Amino acid sequence: MKTNMAAAGNSGPKVRSDCEITLELKGSRGGVIIDLNSKVKPLYGKSIINLSNEILEFFGIKNASVNINDTGALPFVIAARLEAAIKQLIDTDLEFLPVMLKENEYSSTVDRFRFSRLYIPGNAPGMMINAGLHSADGIIFDLEDSVAPEKKEEARILVRNALRQIDLRGAERMVRINQGERGLKDLHFVIPHNINLILVPKCESPVQIKRVEDEISVITKKFKLKNIVFLMPIIESALGVERCFEIACSSKNVVAMAIGLEDYTADLGVPRTTDGKESFYARTRMVVGSKAAGIQPIDSVFSDVGDMEGLRQNVLMSKALGFEGMGCIHPRQIQVIRQGFAPDDTEVKRAKEIVIAFEEAKKSGLGVVALGSKMIDPPVVAKAHKTIDLAVRLGLLSAGWNEEIHDNKN
Amino acid sequence: MAIKTVINAAGRQVPLEINGKPVIPFKGVGKHRPEGGKYSPPIPTCYDYPDDGNKVVNSLEEALRKCGLCDGMTISTHHHLRDGDLVSNTVFDLAYSMGVKDLVWFPSASFPCNEHVIRYLEDGTINRIEGSMNGALGRFVSEGRMKGTAVLRSHGGRVQAIQDGEVIIDIAVLAAPSADAFGNAKGTGGTSACGVLGYTKADYMYAKKVIVVTDNLIDMPCFPMEIEGNYVDYVVVVDKIGIPEKIVSGTTQITKSPDRLLIAELTASFLEKSGILKDGVTMQAGAGGTSLAIAVFLHEILKNKGWKSKFGFGGSTKYMVKMLEEGQMGYILDAQAFDLDAVKSVELNPNHIPYPVFNAYNYHSKGNLTSMMDIMILGATEVDLNFNGNVVTHSDGNLLHGIGGWQNCLHARNVILPLPLFRDRIPVIVDDVTTLCGPGELIDVIITERGIAINPLRKDLIKSVKGSGLPVKTILELKEEAEKICGKPEKAQFEEDIVAAIKWVDGTVIDVIRKIKIQ
Repeated sequence: MKTNMAAAGNSGPKVRSDCEITLELKGSRGGVIIDLNSKVKPLYGKSIINLSNEILEFFGIKNASVNINDTGALPFVIAARLEAAIKQLIDTDLEFLPVMLKENEYSSTVDRFRFSRLYIPGNAPGMMINAGLHSADGIIFDLEDSVAPEKKEEARILVRNALRQIDLRGAERMVRINQGERGLKDLHFVIPHNINLILVPKCESPVQIKRVEDEISVITKKFKLKNIVFLMPIIESALGVERCFEIACSSKNVVAMAIGLEDYTADLGVPRTTDGKESFYARTRMVVGSKAAGIQPIDSVFSDVGDMEGLRQNVLMSKALGFEGMGCIHPRQIQVIRQGFAPDDTEVKRAKEIVIAFEEAKKSGLGVVALGSKMIDPPVVAKAHKTIDLAVRLGLLSAGWNEEIHDNKN
Repeated sequence: MAIKTVINAAGRQVPLEINGKPVIPFKGVGKHRPEGGKYSPPIPTCYDYPDDGNKVVNSLEEALRKCGLCDGMTISTHHHLRDGDLVSNTVFDLAYSMGVKDLVWFPSASFPCNEHVIRYLEDGTINRIEGSMNGALGRFVSEGRMKGTAVLRSHGGRVQAIQDGEVIIDIAVLAAPSADAFGNAKGTGGTSACGVLGYTKADYMYAKKVIVVTDNLIDMPCFPMEIEGNYVDYVVVVDKIGIPEKIVSGTTQITKSPDRLLIAELTASFLEKSGILKDGVTMQAGAGGTSLAIAVFLHEILKNKGWKSKFGFGGSTKYMVKMLEEGQMGYILDAQAFDLDAVKSVELNPNHIPYPVFNAYNYHSKGNLTSMMDIMILGATEVDLNFNGNVVTHSDGNLLHGIGGWQNCLHARNVILPLPLFRDRIPVIVDDVTTLCGPGELIDVIITERGIAINPLRKDLIKSVKGSGLPVKTILELKEEAEKICGKPEKAQFEEDIVAAIKWVDGTVIDVIRKIKIQ
């Protein structure tokens, strides 16, 4: 036994939907004494005490004094906090797992859209609860930069429970792990709970990807997991940019590559600006490297959450450079990003014309597609199909647009 | 001393007597129609007042003495100075120093600054409060520490109680940002401007004695007068009636919470897709962060469609003023101004019109403004499976809020409650509301971040959004969704003692609040 007192979680005047638990193990007598201070005590006092007793019993703790300072934490949060406190005091491989929601058992695909992916700090339960409601393409529980060093362990347990208990409503289920050894250990806490994609930060070499992938396959074998875990390296340094194509090709599971401009500009020793001239080379290089490897290039987050117009301009620039998505640090950014990457009216109109021409050519057995007097190359047709797909998925076009047109013609 | 109780038409157990006076149990919406005449105050004679019209006396204490302040009297005050009010507390400081006991305080609302009167509730200067009690005062009542039983009424219910003679005001003390020596007064001008004095009308018309307190005495006539000097007995000039930055917020802000914004967006979308929002629409929304965001979203839709709202009913804010100024709203009829932009607009824009609750919410009026409103955005602490609403207590049983105009506003054409499905683990949709404030038949739509529930009585609305892609669910589905996330809460525990009565807009007792059981 290391010591006999531990604390986990957060409390304070601004903290909501969380709790801070102090646990003191007591030798061999006295039983369990729980002191609960909670704003929801009249409504959930008994259930919080029962849950705490159940967890202590699960870990074989018979004598302890527990202090719970609760600001309306959901059960999976309370459970994570207590487990984190316990694990500071006793070595155990046991995990007190809340129920996995059926809604969360879905897989992802290589080429799904990744326009917006919302970062959720890994130790902030209040931000997790409604994460699934904002229609982000992906949700990233972040164990890296948004978690303070002394909170890394408890965040893993919280994120694990969140992955099981929060309905992410079809968003791609992502976790950003830490760098190095700590990141490899993070994987053990999250991979068994249906992760669709792992973000690998500060990526500078294919070796990093390989190590993460090996660790994941150890875990998937151990737990007999079926779903594929995709990878998204984040390029955040000059060296990473130089090697981005190699990194993009390092595994068939690398489906997208993101650029992190805060660290990249720091590495270059230049300030990050809104118009981003200093990162123009890195961004285009990243786009080219990704496209060459056949994966999606994803742009950095826009950090001024109050400046929606700035974000809008940034997204349009991003799209023009060839990026296929962007990170979000606030749910309000999601719609702006989605709209920015969405095809505009002219693009949709042209794509429709091309697809119709293609189908008519197919029907009449023609090998060549023509629009008016102009020949259309196969890649242009493919791109038009992609635009149509996108428009349908974004609700800009009804799924049956084609039949409607034919009906009108008839 | 058990008081006889009955089950009222809403199924709630209520007493037949409160504070020693008989009361009528709730009979159903629109069922109670009293006969006879309205209460009338004593008849004055103009010869008893100064010919030169100068009613200024030296101090509030002198005015109270001249009004004959004594034990057991009912004193009314108003909340248009909100948390910056320096007048209402002073009245009770003076009453205490004069040794007066057992007063009834009849405010239009109380604010955190009024915690000050707890000492007078404890020492017997005040017997009880008949009005809204927030925060500390509410808790004081819930813990059963107030001598008399609290009576909570809506803004319109206050007017009804005055006109029915159910509450006879002995002295009304009206704080006024500007007044003349005759007692004409208004809400603008001076350093304590609040814009509108929308709650004072019934009080100055029906009180036995009326005192106007101002820190900005101007030459006769104080125009446009919201309080007419012909009803006023005395005018008192003080240094300061209020603390300006606490009277109106410098600027009201729309919510920054992504979850609340999502609810606001969904609400705007519902109003658009259901066809409730249309050219010529009439609307009212509060000053809460979510309501303001809804106003902003609705403004955008009106602008894009080239539509115009005929009029909006305040509380007004800069967002409503913006609609007025940019041409998406014809008029603002206003009972209170929440921020500096709104105060300025009342003063300068002829289409921004003070409109007292006496005319908007009054049960004994020949028609009301609320029933003419197309869109009514309201809040609630709880809603139950029958769409009944609670605005006064929390699920833990504590009294923490007043009714405000909420009950009156339920009479609008479309009553929409945008609410988070749970607040810090506490579900908003419950089996049965802890305290019934508004019958479910008047509440039409609940909009949460996880779905929209439409009252089954509103078949038209259900039909209007079919196939719209909006996440329409039953209220039971929403409740179950919340409980799946939060767990099923236990019920609050109460003692037998009744600590507060909730009046319906017609003066009948719709529910009571009992003393909280300390666990």
